[in-house]
Amino acid sequence: MTGDSTSNESGKGSTLVYPGQRLSADGSAQAGHGVRLIDGNLVAMKTGNMVRSGNTVTIEPLSSRYVPRASDLVVGYIEGMTNNIWFVDIGAAFNAILPMSLAPWKVEFGAVRQHLGIGDAILCRVQEVDETHSSVVTMKGMGLRKLKSGFIEEIPPHIIGKVIGKGGGMLQQLKSLGQSRMIIGQNGRIWIDGELSGMSETRKAMDVIRDTAHLPGLNERVAALATE
Amino acid sequence: MGGYGDIQCIDENGIRLDGRTAEQMREVEIECGVIPVADGSARVKWGKNEVIAAVYGPMEAHPRKIQRQDRAILDVRYNMAPFSTTDRIRPGFNRRSREISKVTADALESVVDLELYPRSKIRVEIEIICAEAGTRCAGITAASMALADAGIPMSDMVVSVASGKVHDIVVCDLNKEEDNYGEADLPMGILPMTGELVFLQMDGDLNMEQFQQAWDYNMESAKEVHAVMVEALKRRYGGDE
Repeated sequence: MTGDSTSNESGKGSTLVYPGQRLSADGSAQAGHGVRLIDGNLVAMKTGNMVRSGNTVTIEPLSSRYVPRASDLVVGYIEGMTNNIWFVDIGAAFNAILPMSLAPWKVEFGAVRQHLGIGDAILCRVQEVDETHSSVVTMKGMGLRKLKSGFIEEIPPHIIGKVIGKGGGMLQQLKSLGQSRMIIGQNGRIWIDGELSGMSETRKAMDVIRDTAHLPGLNERVAALATE
Repeated sequence: MGGYGDIQCIDENGIRLDGRTAEQMREVEIECGVIPVADGSARVKWGKNEVIAAVYGPMEAHPRKIQRQDRAILDVRYNMAPFSTTDRIRPGFNRRSREISKVTADALESVVDLELYPRSKIRVEIEIICAEAGTRCAGITAASMALADAGIPMSDMVVSVASGKVHDIVVCDLNKEEDNYGEADLPMGILPMTGELVFLQMDGDLNMEQFQQAWDYNMESAKEVHAVMVEALKRRYGGDE
């Protein structure tokens, strides 16, 4: 690897790279996510941690916007509607659409407002995404519903993995910290429901994760909150 | 260009009004993530210049007629705060800010991978808080830094620097007096990893030797600024606490 990259001291051997940095010129490595082959050189296209798995070099971004993928579980807000469609903000570049045929209720044409109004939060699943990033979401499925209680915390989508943790360890820790129910949307929106004091504890922990997810020792920091 | 005027910008020892030599640039400080609600942001202090840039998006482009079916558009807005200079700047767009917004967008479009986000818009806001010559360069550098902070895919970070001519001497990184009373100004947008040029303007006249000298100063300065940009990213993400 070339360039003046430095270790991020996470102990995993990942390396912080910046846009334009030349990663490899040996011709053997392949460009993965966030990397492009330009004039025979692998070039980083994003700020992030470079990870080499096998022969492929990828970059785990340190900042990103949600890009929907089919079957993602997401938390959305209703932003508008027509007679038979709701427009749902799922945190992506474009609003998703929720046709009345994919709602969990029997909806009459022109009566969509009776079920979901502007600002309502819903738990839904991405049904399909086209090549221009337009997406359709569905509320037909187990557990998909209108969210009527609790609150929704937002974190950058690329640190969802840190909130879940290895084998779901961090998620369990967060749930027991606040004695609350949690559902993690792939779009970085996390629904938390429980007692007010517990939810506020969970919220503090989420702030810690949001600010320091890229630094080593995250589990210890969250565990320290439980003992405070 | 205002000609020589009454101000002597360089003394007989080649020292400029702010104590720099001809090839020295002003001190540059860069910080990322200064606006928490933005997708990416940066503050650039370049001498007495202070610039904040924020990036939002990619988001749906409105109205629909501005959407491009095959790529995103860059919506760049350069604005000087009314209090950024000694003469109050009338708020809102003017001819100069429109021009700088356009050249900034053109420079950044050369590196940003817009094809990844069809029909979208990436909003780049550049606000000049304090101005002391070279705000377009500081603005482009700040915008490039904010895009990198936002995780927008780009093939390189644009570094913009300027050199010029004062009393027939080519000097690097003009300050306010040199900008006002000098004879030429050559701002350039440079891709530091390849040395490619994405933006070039020239006010005034430079002969071939002077142009080459200004070019060399700019290329050298771009490397210095790029190192500061990389350090800023490392400070934000690299764990240096």
